[in-house]
Amino acid sequence: MENTALNIAVLVKYVPDAQFDRHLTGAGNTLERAESILSELDEYAIEAALALSEARGGEAAGNKVTAITMGPASAVAAVKKALQIGATEGVHLSDEALAGSDAAATSLALAAVVRHLGGVDLVLTGMASTDGETSLVPAQLAARLGLPQITFASSLEVDSSGEAHVATARRDGDIYAETIQATLPAVVSVTDQANSPRYPNFKGIMAAKKKTVTALTLAEIGVEPASVGHEGSLTVVKAAEAREHRPAGTIITDSGDAGIQLVDFLAAQKLL
Amino acid sequence: MSAVVVFIDQTEVSTSPGHPVLSKSSQELLTLARLAGEPVAAVAGEASDELAAALGGAGVSRVFASSQDELTGYLVAPKADFVAQVATAAGAAAVLVGNNFEGKEIAARVGIALNAGVISDAVGLTVADGAITVQKSVLAGSYTVEASATSAVSVISVKSNSVDAEPAAVPATAAVEQFTAEFAPASLGAKIIERTPKPASGRPDLSDARIVVAGGRGVDGNFGPVEELADVLGAAIGASRAATDAGWIEHSAQVGQTGKTVAPQLYISVGISGAIQQKAGMQTSKVIVAVNKDAESPVFEIADFGIVGDLFDVLPQATAEIKRRRG
Ligand SMILES: Cc1cc2nc3c(=O)[nH]c(=O)nc-3n(C[C@H](O)[C@H](O)[C@H](O)COP(=O)(O)OP(=O)(O)OC[C@H]3O[C@@H](n4cnc5c(N)ncnc54)[C@H](O)[C@@H]3O)c2cc1C
Ligand SMILES: Nc1ncnc2c1ncn2[C@@H]1O[C@H](COP(=O)(O)O)[C@@H](O)[C@H]1O
Repeated sequence: MENTALNIAVLVKYVPDAQFDRHLTGAGNTLERAESILSELDEYAIEAALALSEARGGEAAGNKVTAITMGPASAVAAVKKALQIGATEGVHLSDEALAGSDAAATSLALAAVVRHLGGVDLVLTGMASTDGETSLVPAQLAARLGLPQITFASSLEVDSSGEAHVATARRDGDIYAETIQATLPAVVSVTDQANSPRYPNFKGIMAAKKKTVTALTLAEIGVEPASVGHEGSLTVVKAAEAREHRPAGTIITDSGDAGIQLVDFLAAQKLL
Repeated sequence: MSAVVVFIDQTEVSTSPGHPVLSKSSQELLTLARLAGEPVAAVAGEASDELAAALGGAGVSRVFASSQDELTGYLVAPKADFVAQVATAAGAAAVLVGNNFEGKEIAARVGIALNAGVISDAVGLTVADGAITVQKSVLAGSYTVEASATSAVSVISVKSNSVDAEPAAVPATAAVEQFTAEFAPASLGAKIIERTPKPASGRPDLSDARIVVAGGRGVDGNFGPVEELADVLGAAIGASRAATDAGWIEHSAQVGQTGKTVAPQLYISVGISGAIQQKAGMQTSKVIVAVNKDAESPVFEIADFGIVGDLFDVLPQATAEIKRRRG
C-alpha cells in the first residue's frame, strides 16, 4: 500500500480502583464511583495502538490513535490519561440516559461512536474491564459493527505491505495456541501478555494539555436514549449481597513440624 | 417446558486419558439446563453414538450437530452463529454455555444475534414461574448478585464447578439432527492460520480440578516441591502472574484476574503474597491453605490454615508425610 498509516480507536474505561473496597449501591445495584482510574487492562490496548502507530512513523506519517470512553463527566479522566500516555486525541461520550448500561447497551453506544468517527481501521480494547469483568463488550462490538473479531490477543502485528492492512495475532487457549489473521478493519482485544505498557512522562503530560477531547452526546451520534441505559439494557441486577468475609483461620509458625501439621489439617478436613 | 439450548464443543476434545466423552463442565451445564427447562444440545463437531448415549443419560432428546469446517477454521463467530441459529430452530427460552474465554464470547454474540440479555460468570440459577434468575459473583468475588435477562431469551455463561453434575432422573433417547448453519461474511473474517497443540501435562485440568497447588515468586524458579505435593494429592498446578511472567511455568497455569478463576475444594497457595488480582481467581475456593514466610502477607487474611514458614521445608515434609501415611 502507498499509505500505510493507521486510524486506530482505543476504547478505555474509567473504573473504581480495585485497590480500595468497592461497593454496589442504589436501586439498580450500580457501582459507586469513588477513587476511579483508567482500567489497568486498557493500558495494554493503548500500548498496542501506540506501538503500531510508531512502527509506521507515528503522527507525522498520518497515524492517529483516538482514545474513546463512555461514562459520566468524571470519566474524561480516563481519556486524559490516555492522551498523556500518547494517544493523539480523545472522545468522551456522556449522556444521562447512559446510566446503568449493560454490555448490550454499552456495545450499542460504543459501536455508534466508532461509526460516527468513520474511517477507523482498527478498534482496540482491553481483555476485560476491571469492574464489570465480563469481556462481553469487544465481541458484541465486533458483532454490531459487522467486523472481524480477534479477541484475547497475546501478540498483535499489522502488515501493510499488500493491498490491505492485515492483522496477525496469537491467542493462547488451554489446548491450542492459535495464530489468527484478519484484514482490517477489525476489532481486537489484547491481554496483559501482549506488551508492557509505558507510563506517561513529563513531556507526555505537557503535550496532552494541547490535545483535544471531543465531547459527544447520544443525539450527536444518533442513538435513541431508550436503547441504552437502564431502559435499553437487556439484563437487570435484582439483588446484591456483600460476600461474607471468610472466618479467620488458624495461622501457625513453622517450628520444624509444620508440614506434618498441614497433613493433620488436611486429614481432619477429609481432603486426603 | 421450554427448550434450553446447551452448547457442547466437541471440536476441542481434550486428549488426556480417562477424559469422558461429555466433559465435566458440559455435564454441569446439562444439569442446570434440566432445572430451567428441556435440555437441547447444540454440538459443534461430531456427535458420535457414544456422545449421543451420554447426552441421553443427561436427559437430552434433541441434538443439533454440525461439523462444518467454518466452525474450526475461524475464531468464535461461526460457533456463535451456529448456536444462535439452533436456539431459534429449537424455540429456546435460554442458552447455556461454558464460561471460558470462548464461551463468554459465544454468549456475547448470541446475545446480539437474538437481541437477548447476556449474563456471564454465573454460579447458579433458579427458576420461578418460568423466569430464570442467575446468581453470579462480581467485583473479584466480593459481592454475590442475582440478575435476570429482560428479553425473551436468556443467554448465560456458567462457571465450571458451580454445580454437581448429575445424570437425569429419567434418561432420554437422543435423536441427532444434522444442522447446517449459515455464516455471515463478517463471521468468516478472523481466520485461524495455525494451531499448535499444547503438551498435555497428565495432571487434572486446572479449571475443574478438586485440588490446586499454586506457586508464586517464592518458589524462585523451582516448581519441584509444588509439583511433588500436587502429584501426591492428585492436584492441578496453578501459579501467580509473577511466576508465569518469569517463565517458570506456562501462562495457562495462571490463576487470577487475567488468568483462570478456580473454586476447588482445596487451594494450597505457596510463596504467593495474595495480591487482589490473585485473590480474584481463587478466593471462592472451599478450603484455602497458605504457605508463606512473611507473616504480613495478605494471603493469610483469607487462609483457613496458614503456615508462616519456608516452602522448601514445609512442602517436602508434607509430601513425605502423606506418602508415609499411605504406606
Ligand atoms: C492488570 C493486572 C492483572 C493482574 N493479573 C494477575 C493474575 O491474574 N494473577 C496473579 O497472580 N497476579 C496478577 N497480577 C499481579 C499481582 O498484582 C501481583 O503482582 C502478583 O500476584 C504477585 O505474585 P506473587 O505473589 O507470586 O509475588 P510476590 O508478591 O513477590 O510474593 C511472593 C511471596 O513469596 C513469599 N516467599 C518468598 N520466598 C518464600 C519461601 N522460600 N517460602 C515461602 N514463601 C516465600 C514472599 O513472602 C511473598 O509473599 C496482575 C496485576 C495487574 C496490574
Ligand atoms: N464504558 C466504556 N467505555 C469505553 N470502553 C469500554 C467501556 N466498557 C467496556 N469498554 C471496553 O471493552 C473492554 C472489555 O470490557 P468488558 O466487556 O466490560 O469486560 C474494556 O477493556 C474496554 O476496552
